[in-house]
Amino acid sequence: MLDINKIRADFPILSQQIYCKPLIYFDNGATSQKPKVVIDAITKYYEQLNANIHRGVHKLSQDATDAYEVSRGKIQNHINAKFPYEVIFTSGTTHSINAVANGFASILKTGDEVLVSALEHHSNIVPWQMLCEKTGAVLKVIPMNEAGELILSDYDNLLSNKTKIVTVNHISNALGTINPIEYMIKKAHEVGAAVLIDGAQATPHLKPDVQALDCDFYVFSGHKICGPTGVGILYGKEEWLRKLPPYQGGGEMIATVSFEKTTYADLPHKFEAGTPNIEGGIVLGTAIDYMNEIGFDNIASYEQELLEYGTKKLLEIEGLKIYGTAKEKASVISFNIDDIHPYDIGTIIDKLGIAVRTGHHCAQPIMDFFSIPGTIRASFAFYNTKEEIDIFVEAVKKAKMMLT
Amino acid sequence: MTIQEIQDTIVDEFSMFDDWMQRYEYIIDLGKALPLIDEQYKTEDNIIKGCQSKVWVHAEQNEDKIVFTADSDAILTKGIIAILIRAFSNQKAADILEANTDFIDEIGLKEHLSPTRANGLVSMIKQIKMYALAYNAKN
Repeated sequence: MLDINKIRADFPILSQQIYCKPLIYFDNGATSQKPKVVIDAITKYYEQLNANIHRGVHKLSQDATDAYEVSRGKIQNHINAKFPYEVIFTSGTTHSINAVANGFASILKTGDEVLVSALEHHSNIVPWQMLCEKTGAVLKVIPMNEAGELILSDYDNLLSNKTKIVTVNHISNALGTINPIEYMIKKAHEVGAAVLIDGAQATPHLKPDVQALDCDFYVFSGHKICGPTGVGILYGKEEWLRKLPPYQGGGEMIATVSFEKTTYADLPHKFEAGTPNIEGGIVLGTAIDYMNEIGFDNIASYEQELLEYGTKKLLEIEGLKIYGTAKEKASVISFNIDDIHPYDIGTIIDKLGIAVRTGHHCAQPIMDFFSIPGTIRASFAFYNTKEEIDIFVEAVKKAKMMLT
Repeated sequence: MTIQEIQDTIVDEFSMFDDWMQRYEYIIDLGKALPLIDEQYKTEDNIIKGCQSKVWVHAEQNEDKIVFTADSDAILTKGIIAILIRAFSNQKAADILEANTDFIDEIGLKEHLSPTRANGLVSMIKQIKMYALAYNAKN
């Protein structure tokens, strides 16, 4: 059982007032709030540890390097990667995906196929489109049904020996669907395709085990799991990370440089050109520690309670339709009321102190599928409460009344 | 009336409202009131795509003045469009170019014209000014 009051006290921002109303933060899908330990760790880094890493002979640089590498180890343990050097620090999920997509430019040939799912965020569509334009490979889409679940029989049929990489999110940001990635990874491997899992929306709710999943790449962002912005992770199996060329050139990623030839550094540095987000990397370890202390089993079961409660309460509103009704779903509720524009409802409940996301959630193909301009999305975290959901539902009712 | 006089009248009207809810209800009523644009002008060419809501703007010349019509798929955006159209439509290009939108701040709707709002309104004002600039150059 979670002690919600104690947890809420960890997050200074949650006691804020917005337009003289207590903040209700239901935009966790966009970014999570930060606990005091994370905020303190950022300060501590700049007050006591700041130095450039991996190159200084001096004590401070050594200490900062150690802290950075300790954090890498924490992330390795957290996702159960085999080796620490399979964990690459990036600036976030988008950066991670681009690094892989860019690397595949040297592997793909005309006529090869890349499979993306219909449920993807633009960040997991556009880099692959760019890759296909560059290489002459073909982008194919794994379709979904009305519930927002991927149609696995179609997926099976799309797979062939032309498929070189399958890229799919673990959990959909717009609809909350938890995808059957174990099955999808297994099937992709049967035809020799690599698999990238976009874990940006999954890592706030669960602890991925990359070895059990057997995925080739798993990517996520720090800021969605109570960590700082501007840091993220690219996990890749060693063999893949060795095979892919580096994404960016610069300092840190080299072994030797001359004007005739540069040799690249070993993993993980090959993919970490330039001075990284040192503070972000170190503090991401703190954030992961914090979440593990609360416990992902506790987080998942509590968030499921919030999801069920929120779904039930919202559906009591006449004319409300929920988009994304998959059997396996995370604590995300995307909805519209009659033909009221989501922006109108979002704007009015904002005035009541409630933060939700409205719009297409960077997933326009999903909105096109449902023929809607967007949705209102409430995404719950482990620090949210049923009382907040009650206030939110009342606010939505009020907005509906004003707008009809 | 000049643009300034119209804007002053709008500020006067809004000063009657005590709180944001009354202001919003009024804007919603304005938004619902009328189709603000002829359906034939709701074309891809006239559309301004915001991430949040869409806006259509159409301009026509009426002697030495420019007549704007516009619409949005979101009612609050449409209501604010009604206010902007009232202030800027049927005015001379030079006057439109000179006018500012500070009155939006005075009536408590400043945040709707924030560039980060992505509701199409900022682009709409830009578009209005661009039309005025183009007419001004032409004549």
